[in-house]
Amino acid sequence: MTTRTTASFEIKYHQYLDADGKATQELPAFAKDMDKMRSLYRDMALLRAFDAKAYALQRTGKMGTFPASLGQEAIGIGYGDAMTEKDVLVPYYRSTGALLKHGVSMKEILLYWGGNEDGSDYAVAKEDFPICVPIANQIIHCAGVAKAMQMRGEKRAAATEIGEGGTSEGDFYEGINVAGIWNLGCVFMVNNNQWAISVPTEIQTACETYAQKAIAAGIEGVQVDGNDIIAVKQMAEYAFEKARNGGGPTLIEAITYRLCDHTTADDASRYDDPTVKEEAWKNEPMVRLRKYLEANNAWTEVDEDSMKAEIAAEVDSAVKEYEAHPKPGAELMFDHLYAELPEMTKPQREAALALQTKGAK
Amino acid sequence: MAAITLIEAVNAALAYELEHDQDVVLFGEDVGKNGGVFRATDGLQKKYGEDRVIDSPLAESMIAGLAVGMAAQGLKPVAEMQFMGFIFPAVDQIFGQAARMRHRTRGRLTMPMVIRAPFGGGIHAPEHHSESTEALFAHIPGLKVVIPSNPSRAYGLMLAAIRDPDPVIFLEPKRVYRIVKHEVEDNGEEYPLEACFVDREGSDITLISWGAMMHETNIAAEKLAAEGIDAEVIDVATVSPIDMDTILESARKTGRVCIVQEAPKSGAVGSEIAAEIAEHAIMSLLAPIGRVSGYDTVMPYYKLEKQYMPTVDRILDEARKIMEYK
Repeated sequence: MTTRTTASFEIKYHQYLDADGKATQELPAFAKDMDKMRSLYRDMALLRAFDAKAYALQRTGKMGTFPASLGQEAIGIGYGDAMTEKDVLVPYYRSTGALLKHGVSMKEILLYWGGNEDGSDYAVAKEDFPICVPIANQIIHCAGVAKAMQMRGEKRAAATEIGEGGTSEGDFYEGINVAGIWNLGCVFMVNNNQWAISVPTEIQTACETYAQKAIAAGIEGVQVDGNDIIAVKQMAEYAFEKARNGGGPTLIEAITYRLCDHTTADDASRYDDPTVKEEAWKNEPMVRLRKYLEANNAWTEVDEDSMKAEIAAEVDSAVKEYEAHPKPGAELMFDHLYAELPEMTKPQREAALALQTKGAK
Repeated sequence: MAAITLIEAVNAALAYELEHDQDVVLFGEDVGKNGGVFRATDGLQKKYGEDRVIDSPLAESMIAGLAVGMAAQGLKPVAEMQFMGFIFPAVDQIFGQAARMRHRTRGRLTMPMVIRAPFGGGIHAPEHHSESTEALFAHIPGLKVVIPSNPSRAYGLMLAAIRDPDPVIFLEPKRVYRIVKHEVEDNGEEYPLEACFVDREGSDITLISWGAMMHETNIAAEKLAAEGIDAEVIDVATVSPIDMDTILESARKTGRVCIVQEAPKSGAVGSEIAAEIAEHAIMSLLAPIGRVSGYDTVMPYYKLEKQYMPTVDRILDEARKIMEYK
């Protein structure tokens, strides 16, 4: 029997900095701008400090469940840095880095995880979506947002992020599939941190890569070293530029390792191998960037100390704002349900307010 | 002005909004070139272009999720689910996203979107094409669920649904898509949502229904009139949120209530109406509330669907029983 090959594919892996902070190939121009690289390092440090504080707030009963980004900072900061104000972010629960980069405040993020919808009423990023908790719904929202931009002929992009486990969901494929068919300006980031709570990659897919799932949607799929912020940012800039200019969607699989628990409600020691995790710590994104900066005489111990002090003050100040934010009143259960509260629901609002008033006395 | 069917009225309302509001966009499976499997969108792509009447890939969650994304950007998407039996993959997006978006962003992002779906039995359709699951959607805060019963209401309510700033599930009773024609003026005048329609005023008993069952309910009312029973007939039309004022006023007036629904009996829209009447008007009642409904069974294949669905005779039997209480 004779056959012919009707399709074939390959997946490219992109890395610029290895775990020692050494260039593995010619670096893009921005990587040689030490002010820029210092600011990216600072962004990652802020995210890490914010995470640690959020964990502490949860542990002391001052905030609810929280998913940290430890070890994965280069992803959100990297693609967040490639976004402009006009682009729209459709975040999931581990998009803290991108949210911060896109103008969502630490206070807002704390309010969200602190159980207050005020946290999703972004003061700056007015068109960005609230954090998506149901897995993979956001992929389709990203396509819908990009479709609206396309219909209006706007040069903007929509970006979203998902964990590698989320790529098993139907919505993931449905979203990237339609983005491919309609050539939508989407950037799909896959945070491949090796774990979907306790479920590892080998239970999630038989594919060699998550990037190749893009091939089945007819869109470009690439892999980057998710611990290398230069690779993440470089590829994200390419994808956003393409998305804004009618070039269609890109899926970027950023390979990293979740050095933290899934959330504050999880205990990764139940399933994670400590020796594997120890090895993963050697690859984490901040150390290599610091080594790179130091090798370029762009960072010192003094810089590190003063940055940490500044960041701690910023985070503390955000926590103070969060803690000073007024508790929502019962009316807020009702007042944004519809443009106008239905007649049949009005007595329930009155009853809830009456109970609240009674409780206050 | 021409006499048109319910489905032609849907088409006319969609066309009116496409014509007058550039933010309106239609999409779904087969809605473009084919004009929808029931022809609800017939001719609209040709007139308004492939950019605004869009054939989408075959994926219901995607259809609903796209509407969420587009609505958040200020468009007014009108998405079609080809049959309500296939809406369940989209429920994740409808319940988990569309219904909650305004609330969870404190009104920052809103969902001026419509999900249309033909529903209900009686057309000898294959499995999964005949269920009445409006109660699932009526249960979810943040959604509005609208069911027109005749051509003029389909036109006026569809206009209102598209113009409404919140997500509307617009369920089209496909058994009556072509059963009657109404003179409908294509003037862009909407009917109010969250408002019942009183089809017939009466003083002896209140018959309450919605959707395709309004047909049987109105016939039953005429037959009751011939027997000397003066029935008031209410078309609920928006089954969530319900205009309870109209219903309670009627229940207090007649003191006798019969609720007619095609859906299974339990946990249904009729159950809620009965509970509200019991809560607020029980002292005015002269007889227990009666219900005529589908059975609490799986919707049978079509050989048995006539036995499943309420008939004029079943409504008459129940109404007479209610009238017998002294």
